[in-house]
Amino acid sequence: MATAGKAVVAQQQTNLPFAYRQYSAAELKEALRKMYLIRRFEEGAEDAYMRGLIHGTMHLSIGQEASAVGICMPLSEDDQITSTHRGHGHCIAKGADVKRMFAEFFGKTTGYCKGRGGSMHIADVAKGNLGANGIVAGGIPIAVGAALSAKKLRTGKVVVSFFGDGANNEGAFHEALNMASIWSLPVVFVCENNGYGMSTSIERSTAVRSVADRAAAYGMPGVVVDGNNFSAVAEASQAALARARRGEGPTLIESKTYRYRGHSKSDRNRYRTKEEIEDWMTNRDPIALFEAELVELGIIDQAGIEAVREAVRKEIVEGIEFAKESPMPDMADRERYVYTEAA
Amino acid sequence: MDASVRELSYAQAIQEAMALAMEADERVFLMGEDIGVYGGAFQVTGDLVERFGPDRVMDTPISELGGAGIAVGAAMTGLLPIFEFQFSDFATLAMEQIVNQAAKMRYMLGGEVSVPVVMRFPAGSGTGAAAQHSQSLEAWLGHVPGLKVIQPATPYDAKGMLLAAIADPDPVMIFEHKLLYKMKGPVPEGHYTVPIGKAEVRREGRDLTIVATSIMVHKALEAAAALQGEGIDVEVVDLRTVRPMDKATIIASVKKTSRLLCVYEAVKTLGIGAEVSAMVAESEAFDYLDAPIGRLGGAETPIPYNPELEKATVPQVPDILAAARDLVKGRS
Ligand SMILES: Cc1ncc(C[n+]2csc(CCOP(=O)(O)OP(=O)(O)O)c2C)c(N)n1
Ligand SMILES: [Mg+2]
Repeated sequence: MATAGKAVVAQQQTNLPFAYRQYSAAELKEALRKMYLIRRFEEGAEDAYMRGLIHGTMHLSIGQEASAVGICMPLSEDDQITSTHRGHGHCIAKGADVKRMFAEFFGKTTGYCKGRGGSMHIADVAKGNLGANGIVAGGIPIAVGAALSAKKLRTGKVVVSFFGDGANNEGAFHEALNMASIWSLPVVFVCENNGYGMSTSIERSTAVRSVADRAAAYGMPGVVVDGNNFSAVAEASQAALARARRGEGPTLIESKTYRYRGHSKSDRNRYRTKEEIEDWMTNRDPIALFEAELVELGIIDQAGIEAVREAVRKEIVEGIEFAKESPMPDMADRERYVYTEAA
Repeated sequence: MDASVRELSYAQAIQEAMALAMEADERVFLMGEDIGVYGGAFQVTGDLVERFGPDRVMDTPISELGGAGIAVGAAMTGLLPIFEFQFSDFATLAMEQIVNQAAKMRYMLGGEVSVPVVMRFPAGSGTGAAAQHSQSLEAWLGHVPGLKVIQPATPYDAKGMLLAAIADPDPVMIFEHKLLYKMKGPVPEGHYTVPIGKAEVRREGRDLTIVATSIMVHKALEAAAALQGEGIDVEVVDLRTVRPMDKATIIASVKKTSRLLCVYEAVKTLGIGAEVSAMVAESEAFDYLDAPIGRLGGAETPIPYNPELEKATVPQVPDILAAARDLVKGRS
């Protein structure tokens, strides 16, 4: 996104956080817009689910928007990601159109997966999103494989693998990190630690204090960032990308964040307190924090914020409308896409 | 014999296919445990690392799940990996990536990606390696839509089907019986393919159809030669592909012979024989049957270590002879 030589917000004020030295006002406003788009998209999806318009289940990332947008901020359109069951934010951050995302959730042919994947497999291959994944840690080796392609084919691409704290106890995580490191592949591992894998807290599931500590075992840097601080996340992402592009291999970033909603639609929130949830919502909301910084630095004013919110509201309404009006799959096509059809 | 046709072992035929594919296309490369300087546990990759270098004959750590997943990711993004499992039994460590990812990725993403990965599985019993290094798990993978599963039985087919698998845009799983690796047969030089999804009638006959897979094709042919002397004329169909199954060839054969025996090494219950039998029973060939359908498969036990027990655990030629006589002459 960031282009060389552009007018950044404050090149000289080196004491400012990274993002304000690195990005233009327009780019920062776009980042805010994306964070709002993720939140409103998920609220819209949740509402449609409640009203029975979407079936199945879904995993909402509300509260984690700065992590998705911050990590994707320094990526180029050609760079690739693999995502998780909690992947709506990653998909939007990588540039997806919410129309086609809603259409997918509604099971329509205009959806990104033509109604075959739904929320848990949302993807946008054209924009470099190789897909969410229903299997915890399932996308991690795949990201390493994509990075192997980037290296062998010399495409210059970097691959970001998003996963949750729960994934760090799967064998696939360990095997994939090890191989990425021994082969110095251009991949960035991003653990979005929201404190819980379903009901199981990281303290109860993980023998080390920080997931980032695992990096030492695989000979790569392990970095902990405040996942609710947009600038901090973007800075960590930028450094890891630069390292990968230099051919120096992978980095493990642990982005500490929090999900406001339950794990999925069946969650009764018995494993955490109301106070804990409210504390994160009122004191550490990633959008509120970012917005406050933008206002304080004079990058946006209240009218500007209102304009962003209004534009996003409109985009969501149009997206849902598009999904509703889109056609259902033809039942005669039910065996399509299992195998590649002869040209 | 054509000048360009040599006698090669099954292992050499596979190696030649991989070498040809790597020469022809930069995107093709090999991954697996000890496939480089060691040459692979069964010497299938042999000296390929000397010709193609360690970047294209990549030794992986002992990480079947991660390795298979990396092959899947590489296949989704422009490469053509051939992933060797050291033993087919170790597919069990990688089932997640094979079954949930490789097989379903194209479907889940509505046709937006393809996964042109090839996975090779040295399979089967007879080597004294006991229960965890002797299984035949092809029916496990054959149960999964999105995968193609093949079992070449001859050096000719091994080369041609592997080349077809490499050219195939979807994930192809090859089960190679370890006892076949040293078997020799005619193999043409150069590039040719044997289609996936086509069974082959290895021997024509009028009295009984034997549908056999992999090494059992050879046992069935041996049995058929012996039965000829008893006046039983056996047709042997080499299934070659588990998924997608060539129903037409089997149905046509059963309509001709009116009897069917399925012979396969994997555990009998819920196996390929069940599928072939049910498929025939559902087809127009049912009305032609003059005898119940027979199945010979592996015993309902793990593969044992003791060599005599091991042999007794999977169908042997005398078992095929007895079953064929029963079906043709009626039980005595
Ligand atoms: C291999 C596997 N095991 C279990 C599950 C069920 N499951 C889905 S999400 C989840 C929790 C994952 O936690 P985490 O990785 O921290 O991601 P988060 O949901 O917090 O974003 C579980 C147990 C699964 N989908 N895949
Ligand atoms: Mg979590």
